Formats: sequence, structure tokens, C-alpha cells
Amino acid sequence: MSLIAFLGAIETGLLFGIVALGVFISFRILDFPDLTVDGSLPMGAATSAMLIVNGVNPFVACLCAIIAGAGAGLVTAWLNVRLGILHLLASILTMIALYSVNLRIMGKPNQALLGEETVFTPFEAMIDLPYYWVTPLVLLGIILIILVLLNLFLSSELGLGMRATGVNARMASAQGIKTGKMKMMGIALSNGMVALAGALFAQIQGGADISMGVGVIVVGLAAVILGEATFSTRTIILATVGCVVGSILYRVVVALALNADFIGLQAQDLKLVTAVLVVLAMTLPGARQKMAKRKLVKGALK
Amino acid sequence: MIEAKDIHVVFNPGTAIENKALRGLNLSIPQSQFVTVIGSNGAGKSTILNVLAGETRVDAGSVKIDEENVTDWATDRRSSLVARVFQDPMAGTCESLTIEENLALAMGRGTKRGFGHAVTTERKEIFCEKIKVLGLGLENRLEDKMGLLSGGQRQAVSLVMATLNPMKILLLDEHTAALDPKTAAFVLELTEMLVQEGQLTTMMVTHSMRQALDHGQRTVMLHEGRVVLDVEGDQRKGMKVEDLLHMFEKVRGQEIDDDKLLLG
Repeated sequence: MSLIAFLGAIETGLLFGIVALGVFISFRILDFPDLTVDGSLPMGAATSAMLIVNGVNPFVACLCAIIAGAGAGLVTAWLNVRLGILHLLASILTMIALYSVNLRIMGKPNQALLGEETVFTPFEAMIDLPYYWVTPLVLLGIILIILVLLNLFLSSELGLGMRATGVNARMASAQGIKTGKMKMMGIALSNGMVALAGALFAQIQGGADISMGVGVIVVGLAAVILGEATFSTRTIILATVGCVVGSILYRVVVALALNADFIGLQAQDLKLVTAVLVVLAMTLPGARQKMAKRKLVKGALK
Repeated sequence: MIEAKDIHVVFNPGTAIENKALRGLNLSIPQSQFVTVIGSNGAGKSTILNVLAGETRVDAGSVKIDEENVTDWATDRRSSLVARVFQDPMAGTCESLTIEENLALAMGRGTKRGFGHAVTTERKEIFCEKIKVLGLGLENRLEDKMGLLSGGQRQAVSLVMATLNPMKILLLDEHTAALDPKTAAFVLELTEMLVQEGQLTTMMVTHSMRQALDHGQRTVMLHEGRVVLDVEGDQRKGMKVEDLLHMFEKVRGQEIDDDKLLLG
């Protein structure tokens, strides 16, 4: 694998690390399987792309993307909390609705960003390195800032309330935590982060596309699970760092697999490989425990 | 002063499994009184406790805490006035959070939660001091996950959590029922100590008549959603479990007689 390809994998890994952190908030912290992200990623991309081509500052465009994504998350959580629709279904409904919304935002299925100024432009002038170094470095900076802010939040009184909501909602409300509001806030935060990833993605690859969100949830989940499998989850800080590490690892492994000609995998097999990887990661720990137990039982019976 | 007036609660109304859990229950608990509540299965013990906590909404009647009508307050709003310990040791704490994080959560009860750090150094010192009283050595394990503790340890921490912040009433929902006898005795002893120390207004629901008479200053017996026996002071002092059992049977017998009268 060439250096450029390797750095490319790191770059995508870092970018989807933001998605993984968003998925971590919904799936792991709030125990809320949220598929809205498949719609909020292209929403962030579409929002920022449209604003940038209309001359808005790319940083402001990213901020608007975050707000748009958070709004989408809020709708999902509201459908669940206030209208009582099952969380999974509520998120699918928002995801489907966002397909139309995203088409409306762009007015067409895609929007090119070629030659436009992006959030990476000022850094390209500042950092004296080839372009394939600059993007991953900027992304690394962004993800470090997100990690610090997220961990500060999760260890705050409010963040602790959110974590309690996901683990034991009955206890949380007995302690005075408004569990409904916590869910809305958490899902909004999660989708805001995913939309930011979408906005950055569009600016890196030079455009937004209506179908760029397909399977984002699985990729995010794969990163979270891979992070848990390879990294300690003892503290919340380690768990969040694990998400990012998992995301990078996932991209590097995929890049290696695609590069190894003898396996015969091609780019179009990516989603299938991802799905298989998630299934394996979810079932292997259980199977391993069973095997270990069987061995212990056998030993005890001897 | 806690006042529950003419409380009616019906579960699954209009269906075959309709259950009138509370039928016009009246109960008032003056400040600093420790009341024990007994009754057979389905008498409405847990229901009245959930009504006071705000978890079960009443179909008729009112709940007042210190003259404030809290009938329509949801659980989270009422938590500023009500602290509780659940029957299930798993229910009262968050197992994937650490002991200190659980305590910090409890310390937020009745206050506004913001972006400030939840487990500060000052708070850690308070936690350490409060948890030391248990004599379980947990003060050295504050950073351990709650899930690593045994049921009894978790219930003891739950008690500390409930009494960390001021409250108008402490609700104990058969909080020793899931524990072995020795651990149950320890948790009860701890309850006595914390209640006396803080002069807490307390309502303890229990299955055991022995427990009901041994603890607190007043015993209330529920049957079919109403208070059928209410003893305190001298009358209660001389009471034995047999007396209580006898009274219980008498009450039940009268009920049956009433039904016969109605049917006849």
C-alpha cells in the first residue's frame, strides 16, 4: 500500500471517527438504536455544500450543518419521547423523510464543490506539507477537540444524567433527571456530530451526494464495536478514544483487504464486508465465552 | 407533613384484568415520623409508595407534601421532595457507572444540573466520609463500577444515596426483601441509623410483620386498597406479631361479612 493510500485510509478513519462518536452516544450511552444518521450525514453535506457555493464562509457552513443535523435528531427523539413511537421506527421515519429534505436542500441529487474554499483551505496555506498530509492533520485536530469537549460534557452533571438515563431510566427519574429531555438532547448531539462529519466529508471529496449516507450507521457501529474489541472500555474517556481508534483500524483493515489482490475483493464489496464484520464482531465474544465455559465445565467434571 | 387523601388507582380499567389497587386510601404522615406499612399481596402497599413517588398517577384523590399539592407532579419534579430506595438492588443504582458517579447523581437530586464537573475533589471527600459509615471498605473503591458490588452493598450505597440530599419523605420499598437475612439485618440497622440521624420522615413498606413492629413509631396495615389498621404509641408498644396477625384476620373476616351482606 502506498503512503498516499495509507494516509487516505487514516483520513477516512478519522472522519468516520466523528460518526462513531455520534453512534456511541445513541447506541451505547442512551441505548437508543438511531438510524437517523443515514440521513443526517448527507444532510450535513448538502447543507454545507449549498451554503459554500452560495458564498458563505465554510466554517459558518459547518456550524449550520451541525444545527441542521441536531434538528433532525431532535425530530427522531421527539417522535419517540412525545409521540411514543418505537425508537428504531422513529429513526427510520426521520431517515426516510430526510431523503426528500436533502433533495430539497440541494435542488438536485448532488452538488459539486470543486475549486470552492473549504475549511481545509486556510490550513493548506499554513501547513507546509503535501495536501495528503494536511487533511488528516486537520481532521486529527478536529477530532481531538471533539474528544475533549465530549468527555468534559459526559463527566459533567448533565452528562452523567444522560448516561444514567441510558443505563437505568427509572432510577434516573427518581433522582430528578428529565429522561425525555436527556434523550432529545443526546440524539440531537449525536446527529449534530454526524452532520459535521458529513459537511467535512463533502468538503474533502469535493461535493455532496444524496446517496452518501447509505450504510453510515453500520460503518459507525462497526467502528464502535471494533473499538470495544481492541480497546478498554473501563472509563468513558477510554471508551470514546476507542471509538476513534476502532474507526481508523476499520479503515486500515479495509484498505489492506482491498489492496490484497489475492483475496479478490473490490471496492463495491465494501458494504458487504462491513456487514459481515459487524456480525462477526457482535457474535464472536459470546461464542468465545461459551467455548471458555465449556472448557471449564469439562475440567470440573474430570 | 405528607397527606394522601381519598386516593383511587385502577389498573387496566374496563378489561377482564381490571384491578382496583387503591380504593379511597387516606394516610397522613407528620414530619419526622417513621411509618411501617404492611399488608398481603395486592393490598396496595407498593401502589401507595409509587403514588407518593409520582411514578403511578392517581385516578382520584390528592397528594400534598407540606401543604403543596403535588398530585400532578411527575417523578423527576417530585424527586426534589421525595427520596427512595427500590426493592431490587439493581434498580436503585446504575451498574455501569462508578460508585462515586452514582453518588454524584444522587447529589444532584433536587438541584439544577449544569455543565459543571460531577465528581469534584470536594464531593469526593464528602462521598468518602458518608460511605465510610457503612464499614464496608467501599471508601477505597469509589472508582469501581457499581456492578462489581453485591446486592447488599448496593442496597447500602442506595440508602446513602437517598439520604445525601434533604427530602420531605424517604420511601423504602421492601428494600431488604431481596437480601439474605444477615445482610437484611445490616441494611435495616443502617436504615434506623440514617433515619434517626437526620430525623427523616420515612415510609417503609415491608412483608414482614416482625420488621413492621420492630422499626419506626407507627404501623399501618393495608387491605384491598384501604388502611384497615393504624397503630402507634402505647397501643403499638405492647403488640406482638400474633396480635397483629389476629387483628389482620379479624379485619379480613369483617370484609367477607360485608360482602355477604351486600350479596344477600
